[in-house]
This record gives sequence, structure tokens and C-alpha cells, in this order.
Amino acid sequence: MNLTRRSLLTRSAALGCSLAASPLLTPVTLAAAPWDTRLVVIILRGGMDALDVVQPYGDPDYAGLRQSLAGGPDAGSADLDGFYALHPGLAPLLPLWRAGQLGFVQAVSTPYRDRRSHFDGQDLLEAGTAGPGQAEGGWLNRLLQLIPGVEARTAFAIGQERMLLMEGGAPVSQWAPGAGLMLSPQAERLAGLLMEEDPLFHAALNEALELTRQDLSFGAGGGGSDADDMMMSMMTAPKGKAHTEVAAYAAQQLRGDSRIAAFSINGWDTHHRQANGLKNALGRLSESVLTLQSGLGPEVWGKTAVAAVTEFGRTVRENGTGGTDHGTGGAMLLAGGAIRGGRVLGRWPGLAEADLYDRRDLMPTADVRSSLAWLLHGLTGAGRSGLETDVFPGLDMGSNPGMLL
Amino acid sequence: MRFDSELAEIRFGAGLSPLLQPPESAGDMLERLKGEDEAARVFPVPRFDEAIAGARTFWQLKKERSQQEGKPGYKAADKAFTDFRRARNHARIGWHGQHLLRHVHTRDGFRERLVLFWADHFTAQGKNAALRVMAAPYAETVVRPHLAGRFEDLLIAAVTSPLMLHYLDQRNSAGPASWAAKRRKRLAGLNENLAREVLELHTLGVDGPYSQTDVRQLAELFTGLSFNAKDGFMFRPGMAEPGAETVLEKAYGGGKPELGQVLSALRDLARHPATARHIARKLAVYFTADVPDPELVDHMAARYQASDGGLMQVYAALLEHPAAWVPELRNVKPPFDFLASACRALAVPQARVARLKPGKLNRLLLAPLTPMGQRWEFSSGPDGWSEADTAWITPQALAARLRWTMAAPRQLLQDLPDPREFAEAALGTYANERVRFAARAAETRTEGVGLILSSPAFQRR
Repeated sequence: MNLTRRSLLTRSAALGCSLAASPLLTPVTLAAAPWDTRLVVIILRGGMDALDVVQPYGDPDYAGLRQSLAGGPDAGSADLDGFYALHPGLAPLLPLWRAGQLGFVQAVSTPYRDRRSHFDGQDLLEAGTAGPGQAEGGWLNRLLQLIPGVEARTAFAIGQERMLLMEGGAPVSQWAPGAGLMLSPQAERLAGLLMEEDPLFHAALNEALELTRQDLSFGAGGGGSDADDMMMSMMTAPKGKAHTEVAAYAAQQLRGDSRIAAFSINGWDTHHRQANGLKNALGRLSESVLTLQSGLGPEVWGKTAVAAVTEFGRTVRENGTGGTDHGTGGAMLLAGGAIRGGRVLGRWPGLAEADLYDRRDLMPTADVRSSLAWLLHGLTGAGRSGLETDVFPGLDMGSNPGMLL
Repeated sequence: MRFDSELAEIRFGAGLSPLLQPPESAGDMLERLKGEDEAARVFPVPRFDEAIAGARTFWQLKKERSQQEGKPGYKAADKAFTDFRRARNHARIGWHGQHLLRHVHTRDGFRERLVLFWADHFTAQGKNAALRVMAAPYAETVVRPHLAGRFEDLLIAAVTSPLMLHYLDQRNSAGPASWAAKRRKRLAGLNENLAREVLELHTLGVDGPYSQTDVRQLAELFTGLSFNAKDGFMFRPGMAEPGAETVLEKAYGGGKPELGQVLSALRDLARHPATARHIARKLAVYFTADVPDPELVDHMAARYQASDGGLMQVYAALLEHPAAWVPELRNVKPPFDFLASACRALAVPQARVARLKPGKLNRLLLAPLTPMGQRWEFSSGPDGWSEADTAWITPQALAARLRWTMAAPRQLLQDLPDPREFAEAALGTYANERVRFAARAAETRTEGVGLILSSPAFQRR
């Protein structure tokens, strides 16, 4: 091979054509989507305190359990239904509640019990199984495996966090907004040339460049010292408002041919001064939901369901440092135009000593996987038997709680 | 087989350096490994027992702060605790800088690669804020002194390390019939975590000849392995399950519970033929390819068995086998190795790294590993980092590598080298025609250097 600048330019022109024809890079508008509703799954990592988010102020035992974390309308929380009140950190979502586009399921959990480890708890939540090692990969991926016509862009795992629930045999896309690759036109051509002979590198490079081009956070892009400075600041994972960028990116993909997006919001492990920590975390969750709503636009939002789930709830009693410790029963948040909201679902177990799990945690009264399974059933048409054997092996979905319109 | 110095440094060492000569022979590599651990002396990182003192201070300051909760002294106690925590995080970043400098300036790159291999094989992490900085001191104490000895000594050092006992929940595992469990009902829990991983990951391998009963029995045998932050490792007979335990059809213990019974089981596991195969294969994967030559694995496993797990012998078997020297570069360097070998090719001076403030060092050399898929010292489980090339070269991780190559070198060096010379320094005869062309055709030095580091020729080994 004898390379010259001229032959490089000829070659890169040829490369441009072959890029357009690459199956990996099929423009999203051409891909056929197997169904039309949208699902966003948010993993709330760290263990969200159900009792402080959807506050059961109507329960006679509630007030005695929480001191610095006292809730209810008297503490400034919005009343939801005469029994539950909403933490002020989610107040930006009250218009959605009133429109029937926000709901909760209280006192749910995965089958994970007793050890109360974040890692194991999250692994199980994402594996969707009753115990560790009972199925390959994650439940969203196993759902995709059930549905014919799924393509790489159908489902997107977004952000820096590993999303086990999307891993498995079905093709999925993954990208972190802000992870883009801005090269000068010449560097881009040369990088392509360097990697051309190595299929692993070449495919990843082309996908990275393609996803960067589709990533609106990168403006027109390309060249100059401004781009270099931007690269410098982009070497590390983005901080600050990263969650809204993730949500905006999810919305952008879901407006196109993607049908499922999953990402994480961290910061729920509030052992210490929960009043601050939870307010911040709920702020991120509120902003993420509102960013999804505005990014999707009324039409797509109307057929969207957002489900936010966490690995476990927290102790019903406040601890000695103004926080709560790892518990069991938790809450799930639902949002979107496709859900029948304005309600808190789930059977309330009570907070008397005898009603608690292990005398310390909110007693889970239902398997969170059952709520998720009914969502998947309603949104994608996946059959009950596939959901109970493949997606969530061994689950009994029970009766339909009617979460969707 | 002709010995290829450059390939030796690329595949088995820390990568080519414009300052340091690659090894002259396999014997030369093994000789250096047998000699003094020079890099550890020149670029020190505290040993585990020194660093654990910081954890004690951490807990003390935290306790003092919670005692001051709601009192006038809270602000000062909070500041003392926060300052100490920050200083400790800064220290961790500093240790990372030392670790990188070892790769940049060592004449004994094979040793550094073996440190990475064994620290990953025996992955242990701190699961709370006080212990989360301890991975580097753990490698210093558990891995470095033992990697040229027998596998069983390395295994024992890892399994009795406080960080491992903490990470895999051994510390509070009590035999169901132990004195401690009878005395405190809540403490009746046997924890199988470490026993399972010792069989599955550290010795026999997941396909090894063990059953759930062996896991359970080994877990009972392990009861009593514990530590405290002041004295380090200790064996607590009161937590040990009374009676003998049978692991792989051999009975251990029976009389008074003693540490020696645990150690002899570990020695037997270390010498098991399944362990020989597991370790041989894993080393072959790590140094040669995702799917290694079966003859190479057989050759190394046989030497392992013949020497009762003498690691120098196993390394010698690796380096003498022709399958280890195929000229085609295959394995993708994981992010740390990629960064470290790039710094070595750039010959980043020690003084430059020493001058970096912790925040800057973090932004340039530690935090960029996370978007590349390797949140350093925090792999997702006890099985450590993936060996699969496909795990590292995803679109977003490759983008992160390219971003680093385009932005970081300029921050690390006063003057970037001429890309044409840099291609030679970084790759030697492995600079193929495409690399040389890119070095000539790049529009700026920054891009030229970045492209050379981005080339598959540099990213594989």
C-alpha cells in the first residue's frame, strides 16, 4: 500500500459512501419500530426512602418515627389524597399529578431480602430474577429478545453507569451524551484510515462519530483550538447537570426510532442529613422527568411511560444522624402521558411495630417486578407467559393493576 | 525462535520508551523479576499496615463529629473530618501517580504487568468510605512481595488480607455451632462469599471439580478468619465452626480450631491440577490473546504442576513458548495500561507528575479512566476487569480514549515530540505504514501524537 495525501482523500470519499451503507449506521428514520409506545426506566441507585418521598401522614404511627424528617402537609408537603403527601422536592411534578400523569406504587420491593447490600440489591433489580445467577443479563434485554424486529437503536442505555438491565443477547445501543468525539476533518479521516483494517476499532469509531453527529449537545462541531479545549474538559465524565443531558438525549432518541431508554440517577443513600440529600436527589429526578416531557413533545409524551425504581427502601425510623439506613420495602414512581396517574397504588402495610419487616423496614406487600411486567405487557404487547418465564423468571404477575390508560 | 526485544516490551512489559532499552532476552526479563523491586523503592506507595492507620483516624474523627451533633463543637469536628477525608482522597490520587510513574520509568515492565494481573486476580475493594482508598496499599503488601514466589503464598496473603476479608464478607462469618453464634443469636450467620470466590475465581475456576457442599464446607473452615483495624489480620477461634470440614474429599481440622488448618486447605487448593490449568489459562489470556493457543496453556499448566505452583517456572514456560511470540498484536490494552504505556512512550518526566496538584492529576490521569470503562480500583465485582477486547472497545469508551489522546499529552509535556519521531518511539518496528502516514499527514503535533496513540497498533499488544 502506498499512501499519499491524495490517495487518502480518495479513500475517505469512498469511506463516506460505505458508511452510509453500513447496517450499523442505518439512518434511524429508515428503521422499522416494532411498537409505538415509549418506555423510560430510571434506576435510582442508593436506595430511595419511600416514606419520605410519598409520605403516609395519614398513618397514626408515621409521626412518631420521623423527627427531623417529619413530613405531611403540616411540614409543607403537598397533600396527594388525604393519606399520602408528596415531598417538596417533587413539587415541580405536581402539575403532572393533577393531569393524571404522575403516580406511585407504595410498599414494593424486589425479592431481595436481609443482606441490604446496594450492589447485590441493584444486581437483582436489574437481573429481574428472584435470586442471583438465575438468568443471563438484564430483564429489559430479555424483553427485547422476545420481540421480533428489534434493532440496535430500539433500546438505548444512556450515561456512564453500567446498565445491567439492558445487557444480554439482544442488540442495544449505548451512549453517554457529552461522550462525543470532536475531531478536525483531517484527524477524523486519518483516524478512520488508521482503524480501517481493524474491524473492532473501525466499527466502534464509526458508531462513536455517528452518535456524536446525532448528539445535539455538540453543536456544529469540528476543528480549531476551541474543540481542543472542549476535548480537554470532556476527558472526564460530565458533572453538574449531567442528568438533564442524559434525559434530553433519551428524549431525542425516543422521538426518533428508539422505543426504550434506560438510565440511572444516583445519590439516594441518605444515611446522614437526609433532608439535604433527598431534596437534591428528588430535584434531579424532577428535572429529568420534566426534561423528558419537554424533549418528547406532547404527542410522544402522550404514549410514554416512565418508571423509576430503586434497589430497596430505607428504615422506617430516622437514625441518629438525621438520615435513614438500608431497608426493604420501597416506592416506585410512574410518569408519562400513557399512565393512569393521580393515584398511589400498592397495598399499605401499616407502620405499627408488628407490621414492619424485621421490625425495622417498611413491609413489601408486592413484588416490584409485577408492576414492571404489567407495564411491559401494556406497552409492548409482550405476553404474560413470556414475561413470567423469560423476562422475570418465576414471577406471578397477579391481577392487572391498571397502571396504563 | 528469535527473541524480539520490542515485542517483549510491548506484549509482556509496559510498552516502548524512548529513554529505556527493552529487555535483551527472556532470561533478562526473568533475572530482573528475580531481583530487587526497584520501581517500588523509587516510587513508594504505603504498605497496607501503614495505610490502615488512616482508616482508624477516619473512624475516630467521624465518631467525634457525631458526638458533636447539635452541639457548638460540631462545626470544628465536621471540618476536621472533612479535611481528613479530602487529604486521604488526595493521597489516593498521589499513589495512582506513583503507580503510573513506575510504568513510565521501569526497566522491569514484566513485573508491573504481573502486579496488574495478580491485583486483578485477587480483586479486593473497600466497601465503606474509610477503606475505599486501600486497594493500592493492598497490592503493595499482598501482590508485589509474592509474585515471583509460589502461588500458594500469594493466595494465602490475599485470603488473609483484611481488605479481602472485608470485601467478601468473611470478617463476620461465624460457624453456626461456634461459641460466638451461641452467645449472640444475631451472629449466627455463616457467609459463603469468600469461600465461593476462592474456589470459583482464585483457585479451581468456575468449571472446577467442586460442589455446593465443598463451598459450604470451605466456608465453615474459613470461619475465624477476621481482623480489626488496629492489629490487622487475626484468627478468632470463638467464631470458628467446631469439628472437621471436608473439602474436595479431604478432611481438615477436627480438634481445636487453628489457622493452620485453613492454610493447609489453601495450600492443597493451590496445588490442585484444576488450579494449575485455571492459572495457566488466565495468564495466557492476559498476555497473549482472548482465545490462547491450547498448547501454550498445556505447557504452562504442566510446568505449574511440576513446580507445585512455582510462579517463576510458570512465567519461564510462558516466555519460552513460540505461541507467546506471534508477531500479530492482539489483546487490547485495558484503559490503565493504555494510559500508562502512552505516558511511557511520551516519557512524561517524574517531576511533571510530582508538580501536578491532586485535582489536576485526577483530571488528567485518573478520572479519564472512568469513561473508558475502567473506574479505577472499582471493578464491578470480585472477578475483576474483563479480558475481552470487545468489552473495552465500545463506541463511548473508544471515544473517551481518543479524547484523551488528543487533549492530555499537551498537558503532560512542555513540548510535544515531532509525530514522525514519536511513531518510532511509541511503536518501533510495529509502526506500520498507516501509522507512519498519519504521523506525516496530521495537521498539528497534537493531532499527530493523538492519532499515533489512537492507532490499533498502539492500543493492542
